[in-house]
Amino acid sequence: MWRLDARYLSLMPTTTLSPRTNTARSTTIALKLLMAVTGLVFVGYLILHAYGNLKALAGEEAFNTYAHHLRTFGEPMLPYGGLLWAVRIILILSLIGHVYAAFRLWSRAGSARRTKYAAVKTAATSQWMRWGGVFILVFVVWHLLHFTIVKISPNADKQGAEITANPYQLVVASFEVWWMVIIYVLAMVALFMHLKHGFYSAQQTLGLTGSPKANARAKTLGLGVAALIVVAFLIPPLSIAFGLIN
Amino acid sequence: MSNMNLTLKIWRQAGPQDKGQLVTYRVTDISPDMSFLEMLDVLNEELNAKGEEPIAFDSDCREGICGMCGLMISGHAHGPEKTTTCQLHMRSFKDGETITVEPWRAEAFPIVRDLVVDRGAFDRIIQSGGFISANTGAAPDAHAAPVPKDKADRAFMAAECIGCGACVAACPNASGMLFMGAKITHLGELPQGQPERDARVVSMVNQHDHEGFGGCTNIGECSTACPKGIPQDVISQLNKDLRTAMKNGR
Repeated sequence: MWRLDARYLSLMPTTTLSPRTNTARSTTIALKLLMAVTGLVFVGYLILHAYGNLKALAGEEAFNTYAHHLRTFGEPMLPYGGLLWAVRIILILSLIGHVYAAFRLWSRAGSARRTKYAAVKTAATSQWMRWGGVFILVFVVWHLLHFTIVKISPNADKQGAEITANPYQLVVASFEVWWMVIIYVLAMVALFMHLKHGFYSAQQTLGLTGSPKANARAKTLGLGVAALIVVAFLIPPLSIAFGLIN
Repeated sequence: MSNMNLTLKIWRQAGPQDKGQLVTYRVTDISPDMSFLEMLDVLNEELNAKGEEPIAFDSDCREGICGMCGLMISGHAHGPEKTTTCQLHMRSFKDGETITVEPWRAEAFPIVRDLVVDRGAFDRIIQSGGFISANTGAAPDAHAAPVPKDKADRAFMAAECIGCGACVAACPNASGMLFMGAKITHLGELPQGQPERDARVVSMVNQHDHEGFGGCTNIGECSTACPKGIPQDVISQLNKDLRTAMKNGR
């Protein structure tokens, strides 16, 4: 078997054999696929995260034991915190992919229509996805500072080493502060809007909605998954804020 | 319904490189039975009589089947009804209303003049792969390649696309995915479309991106604006075909 070398192309009598420069990977749809797959990784993680949070309803010991088990999971096959770090690495890679694809497509959309309409309102959904996504990104940074890295405890009476070593106490102390609750509720509103469209959109991008019926079902599923995750996330902080847990 | 008086704000632009602006016109005694384009014809006759330059807009069949006309009317592609601009009637508007008329806005559809845009980008997308290669000669027997009813129906539904560009005009990202999805679905559902299926989707999407259209974010403004009601699931089909082509090493 010989292969056609590009050098000889100019010697060919016809130009029917032009070298192919088009690939599926170089398209905007490939960027969307990256967005969809990384988004689904986040949905999977959010479900696990929300499940862990609900342990707060089972009391201090159950919650703290769960937090401890996250680190000892898989021992002795895995090192201490091994699974946790594996998950974190997957999340960081997904975040890079998701944000990269989002900004590439966002900037593309901007240059695809430089002159705006005088009389058209931009669809609210696209604003929620983009600016909502940026808000969620900022929130995630704050959330990591709050609970993972610095362990900010804004509740002055309860500051101290005792709290930072006790995840349950850190959570309770945090959500007894009203503005902390507001930050988290706002983030959940943004998350709901993002997931509602995002989960539907991922199914559409993966090509799973090839009929009007499947398309409508995917929309309902997006709404359902978004509602389920956000309600599960809201239960613990609101229970603390309204004094059901203390 | 009595005749109407309307205020029109119309985009005027002398040429591709010129700066355009919205110009306000008044039209009086407009019959509610006129089509939107006939109303513009009336205005143009008045402008002609005054020695002013008439407003340039595209139209051809005026039966809603050719896809030539298309205006952004008060923020809606083809106006408030689900039809083409030529089949939109003035009874859809209220007496005394102010109507803003703009051309399709997309860098891939450069403005030629006033309300006329160049939709050659759509032609180039079709040229890149939106066809089947068939030998010339006697037509094959119509029964030679059986097509299941549901596939034939979906292919016909997708083939209804008239390439007017309303999907691009309405899309917040100025994406041409509904147009492309319609063509991919149309040919992909039929046996004749199979041999070139993977190459077609890869070439068309690359051409689409090369023309400067935006990416799809599945908002659905395109289907809402489409005068033929092409649904969102053709975009899902497009995405699936691209993913399959990727898997097959394209």
